[in-house]
Amino acid sequence: MRIAIASGKGGTGKTTLAVNLALYAAQTSNALLMDLDVEEPNSSLFVKGDLISETPAYRMAPVWDKPACLLCGECASICMFNAILKLGDMIMVLPELCHTCHACSELCPVGALPMQQRPLGIMRLFRKDALLFLESKLEIGVEQAAPLIKQSLDYVNNELPATDYQFIDCPPGTSCSMIHATKTADYVILVTEPTPFGLHDLRLAVETMRQLDKPIGVVVNRIGIGNEDVFTYCREEGIEVIGTIINSREFAELYSRAELMFTYNEVFRHTLDEILRRIRGIR
Amino acid sequence: MKEIVVISGKGGTGKTSLSASLSYVAANEVVMADCDVDAADLHLILKPENQYSEDFYSGFKAEINPEYCQSCGACFSVCRFEAILRKDDRYEVKYLDCEGCGYCQHVCLAEAINLREQKVGLCHIADARFGCKLVHAELGIGADNSGKLVAKVKRDANRVAKENSKDYILVDGSPGIGCPVISSLSGAAYAVLVTEPSLSGLEDLKRVWELSARFRIACGCVINKADVNPEITAMIKDILVEKDIELLSEIPYDEDFPRAITKGLCLMELDQAKWEPYIKQIWEKIR
Amino acid sequence: MKIAFTASGTDWDAIIDPRFGRTDYILLYDEEKDELVSVDNRQIMQVAHGAGPQTAQKIFELMPQVLITGNGPGGNAEAILRQMHLQIHTGAGGMTLREAYNAYKNNQLPMGGKNA
Repeated sequence: MRIAIASGKGGTGKTTLAVNLALYAAQTSNALLMDLDVEEPNSSLFVKGDLISETPAYRMAPVWDKPACLLCGECASICMFNAILKLGDMIMVLPELCHTCHACSELCPVGALPMQQRPLGIMRLFRKDALLFLESKLEIGVEQAAPLIKQSLDYVNNELPATDYQFIDCPPGTSCSMIHATKTADYVILVTEPTPFGLHDLRLAVETMRQLDKPIGVVVNRIGIGNEDVFTYCREEGIEVIGTIINSREFAELYSRAELMFTYNEVFRHTLDEILRRIRGIR
Repeated sequence: MKEIVVISGKGGTGKTSLSASLSYVAANEVVMADCDVDAADLHLILKPENQYSEDFYSGFKAEINPEYCQSCGACFSVCRFEAILRKDDRYEVKYLDCEGCGYCQHVCLAEAINLREQKVGLCHIADARFGCKLVHAELGIGADNSGKLVAKVKRDANRVAKENSKDYILVDGSPGIGCPVISSLSGAAYAVLVTEPSLSGLEDLKRVWELSARFRIACGCVINKADVNPEITAMIKDILVEKDIELLSEIPYDEDFPRAITKGLCLMELDQAKWEPYIKQIWEKIR
Repeated sequence: MKIAFTASGTDWDAIIDPRFGRTDYILLYDEEKDELVSVDNRQIMQVAHGAGPQTAQKIFELMPQVLITGNGPGGNAEAILRQMHLQIHTGAGGMTLREAYNAYKNNQLPMGGKNA
């Protein structure tokens, strides 16, 4: 069972819920947590596990084979991403802008742009008790998150043992990297706040998940601030609120030190129980 | 004209609340530009009356014309994004997966494939509640913010500022460290880094500072929720001294932030006596 | 000496555009001929990603020895400009072309790309 934890905007408590849920579930089952917020992965601050392995991830990008090149400039005109430029008698490849479509390489009449592996990022696997934790992080300067997200999901499918639960800490927003991170999930938890900002961004996330045809549930964080509008919205849209988390300065302080909330707070443990029970009911 | 950009690596630091409050104290002098397009929330406080809207186009998607398609499958075999779907012997483009690379178009001998520029959102120019103008944008589902969109919002803001003789453009910047935030910073005279004293906040602060430094933009920092973790606040302050970043303000943890948002107000409107010293101080330092 | 400027207009009173990649115009001043020509770069508005490299390519084709701009080029654009012998002066954003040229002549503009 694969559960993605996502949110329309950053800072709603997505990572907090993902790490707490995963580590709590791991107390009674086999669980895996993936941090696919590959631009700014922060889950590892909370998990603090033992490193088991590091797997570099690569992507392909063209390199210029100068002796073979006829300088026709076809490659530069083919590339839709401005990743290839013809500068006088030079062809310059900007791998950061390359989307690895292979068009320039395969359409070059003389094969002067062979594809070559380039660093994309790194996947680090940790173990913390019964939890396996995979953190994927983009190489600095690499902008395309989607390829690393896909490779991480493949890695989990092919290389890791099956677990009762797989949790995914997704990138925030409704961009294409968020879509890639949620695409293979059986269930998506959207974390929000009961404020107009939270509601506005939740709406966008809900629309996105509906386009993907994903079953969703909402967790409302920081109850006590804001108003009832998020609940009204969920009721009207027929979206189940599967959990609520109270607003408290204690939680803010625990978060700031990257500590786990469930070890300190019993009410929160019950919330997690309830969410897990709800997840198990989905088939 | 001076462009000031407000950024923070991670969400939830209070960046938008502060931007809204700054626009309140500086309403006569600024044009606001919301470049935090992924979570464009500034308008929820500024409640703008729209004056002008424009479609925004960016990026391409392939389209297969079924009338010309010979079902040869060449497009299917070259696509690296699994964006071509085979249905019996017909082929279709999966919209959300297409990257717009155009490879399929090059290999389609029947010339059945077109690349169409996508309408991905809307740009608005509006009159905000406080008397200033607001330029903002909204993106459709799965559409990514881009340097192009940020540049467009800022360009419009610049024009509006000129037309209305405003001296400042205040940009609510994009999150992250990619192309949109670079575009947010590009051309700015000053960057306000909003952070909070958490381990994740600290990591993100370092990343955004490196970006601002690369473009040699003078920086100041607001530490929000400063008393939640005094230790990390002290660490942040050390970094500020080391990197020569001005400490603009230290704001204690305060639930006025969500309270104001809930009422659709900025901090200044909620409790002027309490917030004026903070906000005025920041504005005087950055202007 | 040929000197390139990023600018938001086409004459000596034009303001230096602090942005490199998304500058509206590139102006080229040929000191020997005392001639100022402008290159329209406004189609860069249509470029979603990689505006910097595209503008850098234009400058490459103009072959100036000096570039005067504001914030300076980003990493990709810089990699292209490194392929030519070019002195980059930043910090001129907001000045008029004339002011920026005089500041350059008086060695008042900081030199170099990323690490200067």
